[in-house]
Amino acid sequence: MERREFLKLTAASGLLIAADALPAQASGAKELPPDAVGLLYDATLCIGCKACMVSCKQVNSQKGGALWSEGMTAPPYEFAGGAQIWDAPTDLSGKSVNIIQLYRSGSGTAKDDPSGYSFVKRQCMHCVHPACVSACPVSAMKKDPRTGIVTYDKDACIGCRYCQVACPWNIPRFEWDQAFPQIRKCQLCRHREEGKYSACAEACPVGATIYGKTADLRTEAARRLALPAGSSTRYPLGRVDSGRFVESKVARYEQHAYGLHEVGGAQCFVLAGVPFDKLGLPQLPEGAFAAKSETIQHTLYKGMIAPGILLAGLLFAAYRSSQDHE
Amino acid sequence: MSHEHKPVGGPLFTRMFAIALVFAGIGVWVLARRFMYGLGAVSHMSDGYPWGIWITYDVLVGTAIGCGGYAMALLVYIFNKGEYHPLVRSAVMTSLFGYGLAGFSIFVDIGRYWNMLNVLNPAYWNLNSVLLEVALCIAAYIGVLFLEFFPTFLEAKGGPGAAKGFNKIMFILVAVGVLLPTMHQSSLGTLMVISGQKLSPLWQSGLLPFFNVTTAILMGYGIVIFESYLSANAFGRPYETRILAKLAGVMPALLGLYLVVRWADLLMRGALGSAFSGVPALMFWVENILLVAALAMLAPAAKRASGKNLCTSAFVLLLGCSVLKFNMYIVGFNPGHGWTYFPSVPEIMVTLAIVAIEILAYLIFVKKLPVLPAPEHA
Repeated sequence: MERREFLKLTAASGLLIAADALPAQASGAKELPPDAVGLLYDATLCIGCKACMVSCKQVNSQKGGALWSEGMTAPPYEFAGGAQIWDAPTDLSGKSVNIIQLYRSGSGTAKDDPSGYSFVKRQCMHCVHPACVSACPVSAMKKDPRTGIVTYDKDACIGCRYCQVACPWNIPRFEWDQAFPQIRKCQLCRHREEGKYSACAEACPVGATIYGKTADLRTEAARRLALPAGSSTRYPLGRVDSGRFVESKVARYEQHAYGLHEVGGAQCFVLAGVPFDKLGLPQLPEGAFAAKSETIQHTLYKGMIAPGILLAGLLFAAYRSSQDHE
Repeated sequence: MSHEHKPVGGPLFTRMFAIALVFAGIGVWVLARRFMYGLGAVSHMSDGYPWGIWITYDVLVGTAIGCGGYAMALLVYIFNKGEYHPLVRSAVMTSLFGYGLAGFSIFVDIGRYWNMLNVLNPAYWNLNSVLLEVALCIAAYIGVLFLEFFPTFLEAKGGPGAAKGFNKIMFILVAVGVLLPTMHQSSLGTLMVISGQKLSPLWQSGLLPFFNVTTAILMGYGIVIFESYLSANAFGRPYETRILAKLAGVMPALLGLYLVVRWADLLMRGALGSAFSGVPALMFWVENILLVAALAMLAPAAKRASGKNLCTSAFVLLLGCSVLKFNMYIVGFNPGHGWTYFPSVPEIMVTLAIVAIEILAYLIFVKKLPVLPAPEHA
C-alpha cells in the first residue's frame, strides 16, 4: 500500500476513535429480568412514620446487609445535635440507604397537594439498564440476571465513585468519614433468608411501600392510577401478593408511575399527588444515558478493529520516519 | 540527522527548589490526614460532587498538559517532521511527569486504593465501562512513556551513542505512544456522557470524546512552547523562537476545526439557551472567548514570529482548554438537590504539592540528565 493511502486510512480510524462516529442511537432498550423484583411506593398512602427507615437500618446492619461492616457493634446511626438519642438522617448517605423526606409548599396543610405537602421515599430504583453497573470499571456494581437487583461488591470496588457520577438519582453513597470506605446503596435486602423480603415494605403499616415482582407492581400501579379520586379501594400490605389489605380512600394521583419509563425504566416505582420533580425526582428522558455511552464506546472499540488499524498505520509511519531520521 | 542533548548543570538546591519542597511537604501532611481519617476530612467532595479538583486538575488537565510528548511524537514521527526533533525529549519527560503524577492522584483519590490492582485483573473487567478503558490505557501509557524516556538514562551514563540499539525499536514505542493517548484522551471525554442530565447541555454531547482529545493535543503543543520559554528564561538559554514559531503554525488549523465542530454541535443541539444565566454560562463564555482569542493570536504568521506573542498565545490556549476541562467535569456538572462544590484549602494544597513535585522533578532531570537540546551556537 502506498504510504499516502496508509496514512489516510490511519487518519480515518483515528477520527473514528476521536469522534462519536455513529448517531447516538440507544443500543436497544434492555429487557426486564425474568424474576425482576422491586418496590412500589405510594406517597398518597405514606403517613411519614419512618418505620421503614428504622427497619431498614436494623436489618441491613445484620451480616451481609447493605450497611453492614466487619466488626460493627451498632447500626450506623446518624444522631441529630449533641444528644445521642435517635437516628435522624436528613438524606441518603453512607449510613442510610432508605429515607422518607418531606416536600412542603405554602401553608403546607393539604396532603398530596402541590401547594400542600407530600412525603417521598428514596432508595435505589434498581434500573433495567443501570448507569452505575455500566460505569463501574471493576464490576463491583452488578445487576442480578434473575432478580434484577443491583448489587454491590466491596471486594471488587476501588472506590473511584464513577457510579455516583453516573447515577441520575445520586443513589450510591460513599463513606466520606471512613479511612476504609465503601459505597452504600439499597440492595433490596437480598441478604435476608428465603421467604423474607425488603425490610421497608415489611415494616410499612399502611401499604405505602410494597414489595413484589416488578410486573405485578406495574399492574398494581396502573390499577391505582385508573381509580377515581375520592373512591375507596383495598391496598395490599407488605407484598403485592400478600393477600393482606388495608381499605383506604383514593387520593388524586399525578397520572404517571415514576420509574416506569425514566432512563430505560426501573424495577421500583413511585406514585404521588405532587409533581415528581418537586419531590426530588427529576424529569428524565426515556432512553438510558448508559446506552448512549456504551454505544460510543462499543462503536470505537468493537473487536479492537479501529484501534488495530490505527496502530498498524502508526507503526508504519513511525518506522518510515525513523528510517528517514537515521 | 542527529541532535545533541546536554544536562543544563548548575546547583540543584536553588530558592525555587526550596519553595517547591515546602509545598510538597504540606501536601504530604494533608495526605497523611486523608489516609487516616478519610476523604471527607480533607476535601469538599460530596455524594453530589464525587469528583473534585484532584480528578479534574491533576488527572484531566494534568494528562492534557502531559500530552506534549504525544503531540510532538505525532508531528515528528507520524507526520515525519524531523526538524522538531530537538523538542521531543523534554516533551516526553514532561509527559512522564504529568501522567505519572496523574496516576499518583488517582491512587490518592480513590477510596479503596488497596483494591486498585483489580483494574488490571481481567476477572473484574467490565467492558462497558469507559473508566476501565481510561484506567488501562493510562496505566499502559505511563509504562510506554518511561520506556520512551529510557534512552536519556542510557545516554546520561554512557554518552550520546549509548542508546543506539534501543533507538532501533523506538518506532514501536512511538506508535503505541500515539495510539494510547488518542484512545484515553477521547475516553476522558466520553466519561461524562453517562452523567446525562447532570451535565449542562452546554457540554453534554456525544462529541465530548472529540472535544477532549483535540484540546489535549492542542495543550500538548501549547505546553511545549510555553515550557521552552520558561526554561530558556530560567536557565538563561537562547530562545528557540524559530522552531517554536513553526511548530505553532500547526495549531490554528486544529483549534479552528475544534471551534467549528464545537459551535456547530451547540447550535444543532439548541444548547445555547443555557448560555445566558448562572455561573456555568459565564464560564462557558470565558472558555470560548479564551479559545477564540488564542486562535486570533496564533493564526497570523507574523504574530507567531515574535517569541513574546508566542508564549502569551500558548498560555491563553492552555488556559482556555483547561477551563473547558473544568467546565466539563465540575462547573457544568449539577447533581441537583442543592449540592455545591468548591475545593477545600487542603484539597488545593494537595494539587499545589503535585505541581511542586513536578517542578522539583523537572529541575533535577534537566540539570542532571541530557534532556534539553544543546544550545545551537555551542
